[in-house]
Amino acid sequence: MQTLYLLVPLAPLLGALIAGLFGRFIGPTWSHRVTISLVFTSLVASLIIFMDVLDGNVYNGSVYTWLITGDTHFEIGFLIDQLSATMMVVVSLVSLMVHIYTIGYMHNDPGYQRFFSYISLFTFSMMMLVMSNNFLQLFFGWEAVGLVSYLLIGFWYKRPTAIYANMKAFLVNRVGDFGFLLGIAMVLMYFGTLDYATVFAGVEQVSGETVELIPGMPWLVISVICILLFIGAMGKSAQFPLHVWLPDSMEGPTPISALIHAATMVTAGIFMVARMSPLFEQSEAALSMILVVGGITTLFMALIAVVQTDIKRVVAYSTLSQLGYMTVALGASAYSAAIFHLMTHAFFKAVLFLGAGSVIIAMHHVQNMQQMGGLKKYMPYTYWTMFIAAVASAGVPGFSGFFSKDAIIEAVGFANIPGVEFAYFCVLATVFVTALYTFRLIFMTFHGEPRMDAHTKEHLQESPRVVTFPLIVLAIPTIGAGWFIGPIVFGSYFDGAIHVLPQHNAIEQLGAEFTGVFGMMIHALSTLPFWLSVAGIFTAWYLYIVRTDLPEKIKNMFLPIYTLLDRKYYIDEFYSWLFAGGSRALSSKLWKYGDIKIIDGFFVNGAARVVAWSATLVRRFQTGYIYHYAFTMIVGVFVVLSLWLY
Amino acid sequence: MLFGLPLLSLVIWIPIAIGLLVLATGDDRKAPVARIIAMVGSVLGFLVAIPLYTQFDPALSSMQFVEKHSWFERFNVYYHLGIDGISMPLILLNCFTTPLVIMAGWEVIKERVAQYMGAFLIMSGIVNGVFASLDAILFYTFWEASLLPMFLIIGVWGGANRVYAAIKFFLYTLLGSLLMLIAFIYLYQVSDGSFSILDYHKLPLPIEPQILIFIAFLLAFAVKVPMWPVHTWLPDAHVEAPTGGSVILAAILLKMGGYGFLRFSLPIVPDASQYLSGMMIALSLIAIVYIGLVALMQVDMKKLIAYSSIAHMGFVTLGFFLFNAYGLEGAMVQMLSHGFISAAMFLCIGVLYDRVHSRQIADYGGVANKMPVFAAFFMLFAMANAGLPGTSGFVGEFMVIMGAVKVNFWYAFLAATTLIFGAAYTLWLYKRVIFGEVANPAVEGLKDVSKREFAILAILAIAVLWIGVYPFPLTEVMHATVDELLAHVAQSKL
Repeated sequence: MQTLYLLVPLAPLLGALIAGLFGRFIGPTWSHRVTISLVFTSLVASLIIFMDVLDGNVYNGSVYTWLITGDTHFEIGFLIDQLSATMMVVVSLVSLMVHIYTIGYMHNDPGYQRFFSYISLFTFSMMMLVMSNNFLQLFFGWEAVGLVSYLLIGFWYKRPTAIYANMKAFLVNRVGDFGFLLGIAMVLMYFGTLDYATVFAGVEQVSGETVELIPGMPWLVISVICILLFIGAMGKSAQFPLHVWLPDSMEGPTPISALIHAATMVTAGIFMVARMSPLFEQSEAALSMILVVGGITTLFMALIAVVQTDIKRVVAYSTLSQLGYMTVALGASAYSAAIFHLMTHAFFKAVLFLGAGSVIIAMHHVQNMQQMGGLKKYMPYTYWTMFIAAVASAGVPGFSGFFSKDAIIEAVGFANIPGVEFAYFCVLATVFVTALYTFRLIFMTFHGEPRMDAHTKEHLQESPRVVTFPLIVLAIPTIGAGWFIGPIVFGSYFDGAIHVLPQHNAIEQLGAEFTGVFGMMIHALSTLPFWLSVAGIFTAWYLYIVRTDLPEKIKNMFLPIYTLLDRKYYIDEFYSWLFAGGSRALSSKLWKYGDIKIIDGFFVNGAARVVAWSATLVRRFQTGYIYHYAFTMIVGVFVVLSLWLY
Repeated sequence: MLFGLPLLSLVIWIPIAIGLLVLATGDDRKAPVARIIAMVGSVLGFLVAIPLYTQFDPALSSMQFVEKHSWFERFNVYYHLGIDGISMPLILLNCFTTPLVIMAGWEVIKERVAQYMGAFLIMSGIVNGVFASLDAILFYTFWEASLLPMFLIIGVWGGANRVYAAIKFFLYTLLGSLLMLIAFIYLYQVSDGSFSILDYHKLPLPIEPQILIFIAFLLAFAVKVPMWPVHTWLPDAHVEAPTGGSVILAAILLKMGGYGFLRFSLPIVPDASQYLSGMMIALSLIAIVYIGLVALMQVDMKKLIAYSSIAHMGFVTLGFFLFNAYGLEGAMVQMLSHGFISAAMFLCIGVLYDRVHSRQIADYGGVANKMPVFAAFFMLFAMANAGLPGTSGFVGEFMVIMGAVKVNFWYAFLAATTLIFGAAYTLWLYKRVIFGEVANPAVEGLKDVSKREFAILAILAIAVLWIGVYPFPLTEVMHATVDELLAHVAQSKL
């Protein structure tokens, strides 16, 4: 089994190396053959491991010692349990589908081999992240996926927008990592190790300790650690106010938007908090913060999606909002529901993105939905798979998104820590908004009158099979994954991997009422979320099919609100003024005054000038006339003698 | 000791002897001969250094490969050599870098080839002498001698403003080290006539002289490292130096300062080191934050990397004065890693400079279109410079931050800002130079790296990744020495 564990990350790494280093020698076709078969190997290994874990075989062991310093051993190792095995299957499955899809999407791109190398490298990094049994390797995977994300957003490096977006993504993530690394440092300081199992076992001893980071203000150590770690999650999982990089990341090719910026990498933060549940459970302050941050992200990002016209950006803001749902679930201690939503979201969001990519291929890289419409009859596979994903996303009973989202909303209703009312309002209101923007996308793109130019319209056709095949494969779990909610969320599936304190038992209370998936669906018909969702779909239908003139009128009626949403609450402008402008101003001041004027100008060159000045002074004594020297000597002898005599 | 050979003497004198031989080849008509002899000599120097690692006993904290012969009997000056877990890796780094520098100058240097190659070989031997000396006078001799080849390299093969830069470099470092000599003379007096550094380690000293000695050493070493605010010679020196000079300056010469703190300041005056640690930490943090910001606004690529060097060396001095194993070993790893990364960064800039003859960022843009292989290497080294895990740049910074949080959370907080600033200035540089559309005809005409350049960059890439993925063998040799040093520093000498 250990060999299989190694195979899961190393197979894609090998693929990345082959495609990256030798891609130009083996050519495009062999590059994708090699990488795809190695990712497929990784998927098969993940599935075998998953089955093995279902049999109760959990593994926690080290691969090699990375470093020993002082008394601390830093190891590279694997923790294979239900949580990591689930993630491994999701990651390798979505990754494989994206690899296949890429054959069609990146066809004839000059960077074809490079692209395959990057996405395989990403798969390796993500596997290292989820399989880790310690914080160090977690951080390694964490940064490595960030690197690949950077490389892929800037894949088309000639585009100014792409290379701006990738730098922004990396730097905003670094702000999160800044907190994350400090959190890890605090863990090492208080627990003496970075190994998960040892840290979790020591939680009891540390839980009462306080630390005065600001003198006179004792804070719980656990709270400080959890908040710092969560700042990392806010960066990676794009939570407000560190969400700004994700919409811009859409500059990258669409396959990676699906793989990295929807299904897997951005959920790393969610995964991390769930993994750290024994720590987070001890800190109500951190949980409250998570609830509020998640709530804000859920609602306010969903609102932006309603006014976007770029098809990828709608899906991007939808991703932000859905990540907010997962975050809220974490805050409510409903870790299993968060992971479950992570899983269902990975499938339906991957379909939405890949479907959007398929539309973009057909539209010759036009992404504006105002120039689409009526695509349904040209692209049946794309339409129906996206329709399924939209229904799942809107939370219609029977589809995967319904189960996971409903569980989150209900769990938040049962939770009882500060901030929960606000979060509950946000997740509830967002149900309506989600249904609205998702179906707005479907209706604007696929229904109604075609609005594209004649040339594009003539060439409209369904995408090739390498593109539609992944859509169909991913559509299956989009429908069906939700039906496993019973064992996964309410059952004992995550026992041992996720820890919940008795006082945070929202999921347990919810589980007590759970009467099977059909019971859940029937119960939903009498609850608010279902009707909000129906209302959202209806509104979208009315505005974008029946009265297509209305959206413009509403926009003009509420122009200030529209502008605020369209400009994304002006957060980008604010950041670029404060951070980019501020640090540049500060740094040029420090350089021009600190280094050039004060240190070099005053001290260094000043010292040189003093030496030069005193040299001119001394030079006056060296006239070369004997009588000057003789006179000086006589004076000197006189002075010395008189002092001696005196 | 391998076959009873005096290995340390060999790593010092083989490069110097072959360097002199290279000089003897004379004028540029025999340049090809000079190049080949220099290459053979530098590789030989590296090969001789390998047994220092393989024969090294990591369990010992005492000096190994010791050689001791009388030099000036009257003043008790000895030719006394020996290495421990701190100096051995630095010698290896030096011997590893020299062949790369010779290779880097292969076709680029066309005038006074023999003198150029000879200077680097002689410098290599001298620097090994600095790291291996256990006698204060011997150390001081090597220390000052190391100034001369670098002074010439900058002054002869440098850029337009080379004379100002060379003199600034020379005076800055010379003034610093004069006080060190005075400290040695004082220690000679109070130790009843010994110049042995190991004797100084055991010498009891009251607090006042300790502080004075600390300050004398500080001036010498802080200038070398360089620490804020005595850092301003470095950007000028780097900008004017030829590529090879910059590489040796950043990769090796700065490490002499760091080494000095470990060999002299901490063990000889431990109480003063503890007493003044707050100041040292403050200066280091200023280097990290302030210099990190200053690097952001540089328009000259070499200056940017020079400032980035200073910020990274801030981690070294920060790690020293935390007085825990994480900090100290982290600082050591940071020194070695910085050796590889800064060498690689300067070589990358050299590759561009050799083609376009400009160091201005504004003269580039879209290099990736024309030099994809180079762009990939530069990406790796840029990421290493930004401290990405999996590269050597991460290891040292990570360990020092782990050590800092133990002492004070806010030290770690300020040090960790490098995650943001380091990434900001490096990636912004990368974006402006490498990404984008081809900016101008000069970039349009670029050719990708030659085999020679590929080999140099590939060797460094392997080193950077190897330390990042598996730093264990590197730190293993330091443990005993570092533990011993920490125990020694914890004991008062008053």
